Amino acid sequence: MPEKSGAEILIDTLVEQGVDTVFGYPGGAVLPIYDALFQQKKIKHILVRHEAGAAHSAEGYARATGKPGVVLVTSGPGATNAVTGIADAFMDSIPLIVLTGQVATNLIGSDAFQEADTVGITRHCSKHNYLVKDPAELATVVREAFAIATKGRPGPVVIDIPKNVQVATASTDVKRPPRSRFTYASEADYAEINRAIELIANAKAPILYTGGGIINSGPAASEALRELAELTGAPVTSTLMGLGAYPASGEAWLGMLGMHGTYEANMAMNQCDVMVCLGARFDDRVTGRLDAFSPKSVKIHVDIDRSSMNKTVRVDLPIVADVGMAMRQMIDVWKGRKYKKQPLDEWWSRIAGWRAVDCLSYPGSAQEIMPQYAIERLFEATKDKAPIITTEVGQHQMWAAQHFHFDAPNKWLTSGGLGTMGYGLPAAIGAQMGHPDALVIDIAGEASIQMNIQEMATATQYRLPVKVFILNNEWMGMVRQWQELTYESRYSESYSDSLPDFVALAEAYGWKGIRCDDPAKLDDAIAEMLAHDGPVMFDCRVHKTSNCFPMIPSGAAHTDMILNADQVSGTMDDEAKALV
Amino acid sequence: MHIKQELTERHVLTLTVDNEAGTLARIAGMFTSRGYNIDSLTVADISEDHTTSRITIVTKGPPPVIDQIIAQCERLIPVHKVTDLTEAGPHVERELALVKVHGTGDQRVEAMRLADIYRARVIDATVNSFIFEITGGPEKIDTFVRLMREVGLVEVGRTGIVGLMRGADAS
Ligand SMILES: Cc1ncc(C[n+]2csc(CCOP(=O)(O)OP(=O)(O)O)c2C)c(N)n1
Ligand SMILES: [Mg+2]
Repeated sequence: MPEKSGAEILIDTLVEQGVDTVFGYPGGAVLPIYDALFQQKKIKHILVRHEAGAAHSAEGYARATGKPGVVLVTSGPGATNAVTGIADAFMDSIPLIVLTGQVATNLIGSDAFQEADTVGITRHCSKHNYLVKDPAELATVVREAFAIATKGRPGPVVIDIPKNVQVATASTDVKRPPRSRFTYASEADYAEINRAIELIANAKAPILYTGGGIINSGPAASEALRELAELTGAPVTSTLMGLGAYPASGEAWLGMLGMHGTYEANMAMNQCDVMVCLGARFDDRVTGRLDAFSPKSVKIHVDIDRSSMNKTVRVDLPIVADVGMAMRQMIDVWKGRKYKKQPLDEWWSRIAGWRAVDCLSYPGSAQEIMPQYAIERLFEATKDKAPIITTEVGQHQMWAAQHFHFDAPNKWLTSGGLGTMGYGLPAAIGAQMGHPDALVIDIAGEASIQMNIQEMATATQYRLPVKVFILNNEWMGMVRQWQELTYESRYSESYSDSLPDFVALAEAYGWKGIRCDDPAKLDDAIAEMLAHDGPVMFDCRVHKTSNCFPMIPSGAAHTDMILNADQVSGTMDDEAKALV
Repeated sequence: MHIKQELTERHVLTLTVDNEAGTLARIAGMFTSRGYNIDSLTVADISEDHTTSRITIVTKGPPPVIDQIIAQCERLIPVHKVTDLTEAGPHVERELALVKVHGTGDQRVEAMRLADIYRARVIDATVNSFIFEITGGPEKIDTFVRLMREVGLVEVGRTGIVGLMRGADAS
């Protein structure tokens, strides 16, 4: 019987699973795998500069392509460095396969060099994990891992592979079929779909509250959403993670909801009579104060993960199903019953009233670049190029969500659940690997970008023309904003001191650097960035003390939105202070 | 500001799980990481081919939290089935305890008398000590242990609860 080493079996199985790109970083405990990689041509390895970069790059790749991202890191520090990305993927339901080296099985538990309990550390921030102790098990485990990572609610799966298991050989013939160890929802029960359709058809003030589940379900789900919105005439809002599923240029679009969502979206959520939650999870950023959340509505919740049902908000009709399929079923039932679009005139006229508040307006300036203006101009300059936008975390992320508009899924890559600064640049690199010809831009903050700045070298090495557009306000703006709201502007450690010269830094890495601080020159500077056929770091010096509004402060109701800076009181009670 | 407490219910859950490394840690750790209570947990291999174990967990929480606990358990890959015995209807719960008492004279006689009433068996004896073995529902064992405190309790070992649905069907 032919035998192969664990490392070779691993590579073969990855190829069999359709993997062509791996983001990784070598080290002692994965040398056998790196040697096997060296001797083949089917998988391209992208050498990152820090394992966090590998995990976030794989996330960006997965989010932009819909395929699982693959990470390869060494034991101990390699694995622990990747943990943030694993936790991030777990929160945002991103399919990842994370291959970690481990010390040889006979050394496990002995505090061996570069030993860490990787399965222990990642147990509760991965969808599943494995420690493989026999090369004969590897192929089966890898196949199972791909199924687990991609099916049902997607997520990261960690496979910890001791070094001796990579070296030892096993027969390639024995194929224990992967166990069918998990069931996942697909189609919804028609009785439930019928009830949902009756509720929607009889609603006077319905709303479609959509989320990242629609993106995860695939492009067909976004198509279905558009059709469902058209058929029912209901307005559509989305979470941060779901942007692009429904086109921002669509008539029914209310904008994003939640803490920094639009006034019209949040008011409509509060006042609706039937809420259809599609692939979203009633996150605290979305609901605000729970006991004041959408008090009058009947709530329908479609989610693939049963544990999302009734987790924070009690719903009236939980439907455990793939959201794309469930919407398709709803469309079929709606058409089958020959329902007509409801004349929701009164509802839409109330919405028009809220829209008239023009909640995203901001004070203009001829001297300084307002951060919102920078995003608007970037959007105008790139909207015909169908760009992929990644972000870091902070005010710039929220301004991007508010002022950049997405008409298609898989174009908006941001760290929602975990809120990981340092996500954007590596995610952009991953997205660019998946879409070599796309325009990929990381909208960054000057503080966040420094968290994975070393990945600039990765972009240089693989000639990835990513653009990093830094809204440089010289502050950890989001932290400063909360300090203004809650702590009477005691700015404890939120100033971005000792910033690097980003233009010089860009040049040092072989990138192009551009700086702009004049609103009159902004368009030209953006054009220069877009014209450059290579990576660009754009240091956009923006108004330093702008805050991001509208805002529902932590623990407040949707109806208690702060629309502009004049409404900020400067302090909060302890209950509110205790909320994140 | 003070931390709020909520009213809780006690539930007995049984889980059918893959018998593999890490399963117990995954379940127990999920309870800790999500802030759920475990009052007792028992686990043992139950299938002929040693591939499946049954875990019995006694937990406490407000009803919506119990729902979440079940859903979160089901979400774990090695968990095949979760039954809430408390919800499911008539079921039996049993626990085994070993209870060591020390004493002489009247105390010793009283311990034996109580053990007899509670159908505890003596499984070890010296001139001044006994170990009793007792099985029963958790309340019976609680009461027995409380009584033994008065007649010279030294230490107790308890298995935690196992439970099954009444009737012919599997839980
Ligand atoms: C890894 C990590 N550490 C800390 C935080 C907390 N945090 C959230 S936003 C923020 C400031 C971000 O500053 P910057 O990148 O300049 O963005 P701005 O808000 O100024 O746009 C911080 C520190 C975080 N989200 N992630
Ligand atoms: Mg900043």
